[in-house]
Amino acid sequence: MFSEIETPHPEPRTPDPGPRTWWRWAIPFAVVPVLVLLAYGFSTDPRAIPSPLIGKPAPLFKLQSFDGNQISLAELRGKVVVLNFWASWCYPACYEEAPVLEGGWREYERRGAIVLGVDIQDTQEAALKFINRFTLTFPNAPDPTGKVSVEYGVYGVPETFFIDRRGMIRKKHVGAVTEPVFREWVEKLLKEDA
Amino acid sequence: MSRGSGSGARGPGAGGRGPQSGISQARSIPAFKSLTAGPGPLTPIFLLLATVLLPVLVTAQVPARSVDEQVVMEIAAQLRCVVCQNLSVADSPSETANQMRAIIRERLATGETPEQVKAYFVEKYGEWILLAPPRRGFNLLVWTLPFVGLFAGLVFLFFVARRWSRGTKTASEPVDREALERVRRELTELEP
Repeated sequence: MFSEIETPHPEPRTPDPGPRTWWRWAIPFAVVPVLVLLAYGFSTDPRAIPSPLIGKPAPLFKLQSFDGNQISLAELRGKVVVLNFWASWCYPACYEEAPVLEGGWREYERRGAIVLGVDIQDTQEAALKFINRFTLTFPNAPDPTGKVSVEYGVYGVPETFFIDRRGMIRKKHVGAVTEPVFREWVEKLLKEDA
Repeated sequence: MSRGSGSGARGPGAGGRGPQSGISQARSIPAFKSLTAGPGPLTPIFLLLATVLLPVLVTAQVPARSVDEQVVMEIAAQLRCVVCQNLSVADSPSETANQMRAIIRERLATGETPEQVKAYFVEKYGEWILLAPPRRGFNLLVWTLPFVGLFAGLVFLFFVARRWSRGTKTASEPVDREALERVRRELTELEP
């Protein structure tokens, strides 16, 4: 019955199928680059900032340690240096790594590795309390002007640099140093020639 | 942070700093000894030379240049405060930002150009330190993508709007009266 009904339309109701199929493909395809970009963005850690200093000579500095001694990096050429930036307010990471650094220093000192601590953005009182708490015996010095931290591109604490016998920065470790990391890099750098 | 005078600092407990002062002296550390400057026979001569020469060297190397504080702030505004979240060195009240501003001021005073000062920070921190990524390479995406997106959106809107306007046109076309009447009549016929 209904088939009898004829609406006299001059044009067919369905529009030209050309553009419609084009759109059907274009929209999902437009999503692909966005997804790729998002995947890239989310898979990279915004906190993991690659240091441009790896493989470059470690910037030289002179600091006065808490016990009044002069610390000069230039005089340590020929030794493996573990340079650690810390602060007493850096809890818990700095508290976790302090025993590791002290243990490493006591074990490797005889073999030619030096641990140096640079205390940044801190008060002397709090820093000394920290040093006493962990009975740290490796040289520690404050960086009152912040220049040494900027020289090493430090953006947070703790950060640890492994410097080889030739005075080159070989590794930057962000966050608390663990014993395996300490061992791995110190052993590796100790094997190399000066 | 003030430190005790050089001569007294080696004695245990000097400066009233408690048990810590004695720690590194208590252990005899050959490696550490090499990096500590103990008072030797040459120290007085060296100190004398230093006191005489240091001011000369400083004034010779660093011409007294007045640093425009506005230039310092302009550079600071382009640098990321490393301990903050999305704050520039100019905007942050943190001690680190304060120290970074001092470093900018100092480097400008030695005659460096603002570009050289920025390059120094990039050398140490990488391009991450710049709040605005340089317009090259992969970074170009950041600069162009918003405009590409805007353009694509406009194109999309244009097509959608065109289809809408076309759609309303077909809908408003007058229905044939005769046909309408026939549908009504047949529908009533269908009803029991």
